[in-house]
Order: sequence, then structure tokens, then C-alpha cells
Amino acid sequence: MVNTPTPLKAEAKDLNFYYSNGHQALKSVNLPVYEKKITALIGPSGCGKSTFLRCFNRMHDLYPGNKYEGQIVMHPDNTNILASGVDPIEVRMRISMVFQKPNPFPKTIFENVAYGLRVRDEKNKRVVADKVEEALKGAALWNEVKDRLNDLAFNLSGGQQQRLCIARALATDPEIMLFDEPTSALDPIATVHIEELMDELRHKLTILVVTHNMQQAARISDYTAYMYLGEMMEYGDTDTIFTRPNRKETEDYITGKFG
Amino acid sequence: MSSEHIYKQYDAELEAVRAKVLEMGSLVEQQIVDAIQSLVTSNNKLATSVIEKDHMVNTLEVQVDEDCSHIIVRRQPTASDLRMVLMMIKTITDLERIGDEAAKIARFSQKSIETDRMWTPRFAEISSMSNLAREMLHMALDAFARSDATKVLEIAQMDQELDEHYQMTIRHLITFMLEDPRTISMSLEVLFIAKAIERIGDHAKNISEYVVYMVKGKDVRHISMDEMEQEVNN
Repeated sequence: MVNTPTPLKAEAKDLNFYYSNGHQALKSVNLPVYEKKITALIGPSGCGKSTFLRCFNRMHDLYPGNKYEGQIVMHPDNTNILASGVDPIEVRMRISMVFQKPNPFPKTIFENVAYGLRVRDEKNKRVVADKVEEALKGAALWNEVKDRLNDLAFNLSGGQQQRLCIARALATDPEIMLFDEPTSALDPIATVHIEELMDELRHKLTILVVTHNMQQAARISDYTAYMYLGEMMEYGDTDTIFTRPNRKETEDYITGKFG
Repeated sequence: MSSEHIYKQYDAELEAVRAKVLEMGSLVEQQIVDAIQSLVTSNNKLATSVIEKDHMVNTLEVQVDEDCSHIIVRRQPTASDLRMVLMMIKTITDLERIGDEAAKIARFSQKSIETDRMWTPRFAEISSMSNLAREMLHMALDAFARSDATKVLEIAQMDQELDEHYQMTIRHLITFMLEDPRTISMSLEVLFIAKAIERIGDHAKNISEYVVYMVKGKDVRHISMDEMEQEVNN
């Protein structure tokens, strides 16, 4: 990758994934993830894009019988995060995730964001408070909640809850953030806030986002990958994918001729 | 283009606007033929009709523009659909300009008929130039209708030929003007007509280049013939 101006942050290499029932959800998937760029994964339901995303923070480990083959290598340290010796908790510190539906813990706004730090056993109150403020600012939520940090997180609106989840994910200083359809449960304005936020976050970290909304992928991502039936069909810079995709399958999907 | 959209209405919308562009194309083509015909046969009535019909060309341009905005707003076209919409928006601008050139020729034609300064010998040159330009336009529109990216090469060749024709006409006219200053005013008019036809050729070439963008997603504007050949054949 000497000729690439942007360094690689992570890389999926010949990744296969089997669910415990034997179903192969990913078939030899390869994908480069460039540092401080947004990579969007698109594809019809059941194509494996969420399964793929979840491999990045070992979510599948939570259920017995799931099996990975191949590698997801993180740079610059060249760690294969799927290797059996690697602690999933460690992986999740470096690679955090934001889900489709905002899922704040039944705690205060402050404690939601501080959660990751507490897991890390951070005892210094000053450090925790600073980190929480920084994360809430990073998630563009600080001004809206600074006077009610001790309110229950459930009192926030849907869009605010989603930004709270982003703040929670940011608090541990992750290197990569995974977004699994982060705006599909939000109204258009809240969606714009999240997209704007992702655009800001791009300067700090690497983002991998699954979205059903193709216009969203076109708006926010630098690179787009199209998946179908567990395979990586096409990958390229977003402008190219949306103006002149190479494969007919991609073309049919993004122009709405699918099926 | 090949298969159908899940939204059938989207297909119908794209097809309707495509048909309108082709309709505009054939109207413009006829305008050129009539404008030249009015000139060569001193047909004042035909010249007037060309000038009057120019608004039809303009109306179609506005309509296609609106239709394309509608598709962009409603459908957010991507890939080949996007390229086709972009291509059509650009194509109609060139077609509208060709329409203007035809009207311009018709006005010259009217003027020369009214002042009775017909100067038929030079019109033979104009006539053959206009045949070439009209053929280029016809081929470009045909390439659009058939999504044929290869025609651009032939059209670019013809455009060079047309340019040479034009240069030759200028040289001839200069000789005339030098020999007999009384021909200057008429020579200049013929020169303007030749220029109008040369511009029609350029617009036709533009359209054929947009077809390549539509079909292959490649931009072949402002590159050499050799590069163009490579792009089209790859």
C-alpha cells in the first residue's frame, strides 16, 4: 500500500463467518478500511453487512458456536483481532459500536458516558468528569445536556439518545467506530445531526457504517462497499460507485433495479 | 437502461424525457435543413417558418430541464440513470444552441432575399458544409437513441473535416473580397453562415461525447483523437 496516500487502519482478509447453525454468512470477504475515512457498507437485507460489521468488535463471540475464519488486521500494530489470544474486551476498547436504536443504559446521562471509563477502572473523578465532557462535546451534545447531567438518559429525545450513545462510545478513545444503521430510527433533522457529527468525527477516527439508505452512503462516505449474499461484490471510492460502478449487480442495486 | 426499475413509474419518467430529447433533436435537425434550404432556394416563407419554430425548440428545452429536475428531486438517480439525466441536461443546451444557429441562418437568408443580393456560387460550399453538420447531428442523436459510444470517433473525424471546410471557405471568401471590394458585405454574411454551421458541428460532437459519458461513464471531452479511441474501445 505504498502508493496509497491514506494509510490503512484495518483490513479484512479472506474473512469467512459461520453462524452456529452452520449458515455461512460471509464468504471470503476482503475489505480495506482507510484511516480517518468513512467507509459505508451497503447491500440488501441479509447480505451480511451487519454480520461483517459485528466481526470488527467480536460481537459474535457473545453467542456460542459462531465461527470466524480469516483475519481482520488492525494497523499500525498488525494485530489480527480475530486471533484466539486476543481479548474481545480489548478489541471493543479500540473499536466501539453505535447501534440502530439508541440504547442508553438505565442510568444518568453522566454515568452512561462514564461507563466505559469505569469498566477500565478509572478512579480519578477529575479525569472521568473531563473525559465525559470531552466525549459529550465530541458528540455535539454537551450544550444540550450540560445542565442536567444527572437526569436519566431516557429523558432525552431519540436523536439526543443516539448522540449520547456516540458520546459513550467516544469516551474510551476508540480508533475505529462502527455504526450499524445509526439513523434508521431517527427523524430527518436528527439524522442530519448524526451525519454532521460523523463528518466531524472523521477527523479524529476511522468510521465503518452500515446503512440501508443509499443516499446517506453517498452523502457521508469516502468509500463504499456493496455486499450481496455474503460476498463483497464491489468496493471503491464513493463517487465512482455511485456514478459508474463496475459490476452490473452494483448498478442494479443502486439504481433500484434489483429483484 | 437494460433492465427495469422496481418503480415502474421511474422507468416511464426516464423514457418520457428521453423521448422528448429525441423529439427536440429531430426538430432541430429539420430546422437546419429548412434554414439552408431557404437560403439556397431563396425561400422567404421557409426562412420565416424556421424563425417562428425556434420557440418550439426553446419550449422543449425548458420542459426537458423541468423533467430532469423532477427526476433528480423525486428519484435521486444514481449510476447509469444519473449519467443519462446529466447527459440529457447538457444535450438540450447544445440542441438549443443549434436551434439558435439555424434561426440565425434563416435570418441571414431573409435579409439576403429582401435586399436581393443573392450570391449563389458560394452557397454550394455552404450547402455541402451543412450536409456534413446535419449528418453529424443525426449520427449523434442516433448514438444517443441506441446508447452507442463508438460513434463519437466517426463524428470527431467529421468535425475535423468540417473545420477544414470552414477554413477553406474563409480563404475563398478572402480572395473574393480582395478581388472585388463590392463583395465584402455579402462575403461577410456567407462567412457568418459558415461559422454558424461550423458551430453546429461542434455541438453535435459535444452531444456524441456526452453519449460516451452516459454509456461508459468516461469523460472524453478535450482529449486527442488517439486518447479518445483508447477510452472508447476499452
